Amino acid sequence: MLQGLTLIFLCQLAGETAVRLLGVPVPGPVAGMVILLLALVAAGGPGKTLRRAGTGLLSYLPLFFVPAGVGLITHGARLRTDGVALLAAIVGSTLLTMVLVGWMIQRYAAPEPADDD
Amino acid sequence: MTELGEIWVYLAAAPLLWLTLTLVVYLAGRWLNRKLNGNALAHPVLVAMFVLIGLLLLTGTPYDTYFEGAQFIHFLLGPATVALAIPLYDNLRQIRQLLLPLLLACLVGVTVAVSSAVGLAWLLGATGQSLLSIAPKSVTTPIAMGIAEQVGGLPSLAAGIVLVTGAVGVVAAGPLFRLARIHDHRAQGFALGIAAHGFGTAHALTIGLRAGAFAGLGLGMAGLLTAFLLPVVLRLFAG
Repeated sequence: MLQGLTLIFLCQLAGETAVRLLGVPVPGPVAGMVILLLALVAAGGPGKTLRRAGTGLLSYLPLFFVPAGVGLITHGARLRTDGVALLAAIVGSTLLTMVLVGWMIQRYAAPEPADDD
Repeated sequence: MTELGEIWVYLAAAPLLWLTLTLVVYLAGRWLNRKLNGNALAHPVLVAMFVLIGLLLLTGTPYDTYFEGAQFIHFLLGPATVALAIPLYDNLRQIRQLLLPLLLACLVGVTVAVSSAVGLAWLLGATGQSLLSIAPKSVTTPIAMGIAEQVGGLPSLAAGIVLVTGAVGVVAAGPLFRLARIHDHRAQGFALGIAAHGFGTAHALTIGLRAGAFAGLGLGMAGLLTAFLLPVVLRLFAG
């Protein structure tokens, strides 16, 4: 567990360092995710402790959103002026995206194998 | 009474109080969500957000004080983002089989998600940093916050917008797929992952394992594509 966690932190550290050195406008943790993905491909999959640490972190992922979400409290004034526009844009854009992507996959993917649950 | 007051003054300033309250309120939200059969509008994250915002307003606590405690939870977003590489790796074989349609749908999906969100918000009168903060709305929260920070939006506003997007996507998914005649589980899953990130992925898992896998894939691909393309595109427009 600790080894897996350390490996994840190392990847994030490498990612943060890489985006700063290269000056690319990508979030450090995203670069870290790419680095870990490349490492997994090279190594032929995650070991047991990495998988434990990773899936453990991911199972609590929703909790980690909460502190940032509470930050909405600092945007009261902005939400009073832009809130309705933002909400309408969220609804419209999300539905449109979902239908388009769904249609494209259904149309271009081979018929679905029948063994799904 | 004064003693209680003194204890409150001490606790309110210490990180432990808001760290613990965040955990307690989140667990309560999870309990409530189970009671309501997983209704997306009562998502634990949304419940926890609104209860904590209410508590901060009631006690007159500034967000900075709250964050001193909550930062320990917030910090784990970074490592969790890195860990997304593991489910992405697990789905690599599926990607190779359907590479072209998936890439194409992802590219179109991300482009439509970003441009329609920014366009609609702009048409409806939103301005400046609000527009930059809604741009990454369909991407999973940790990535969206990173992007918002990179492009000059407001990470915490982006986080709120992303969470609402997820809830909207999950609530709409059932009727929308029926109406649009999207029956293929891979298509449903991928669409949920692209448009409604982690919330959508969790919902896709209730449709079936294959839908869940494709949702995880959509989430990862959309996150990567948006993270790499959006800052570059915005820089082109700005420059």
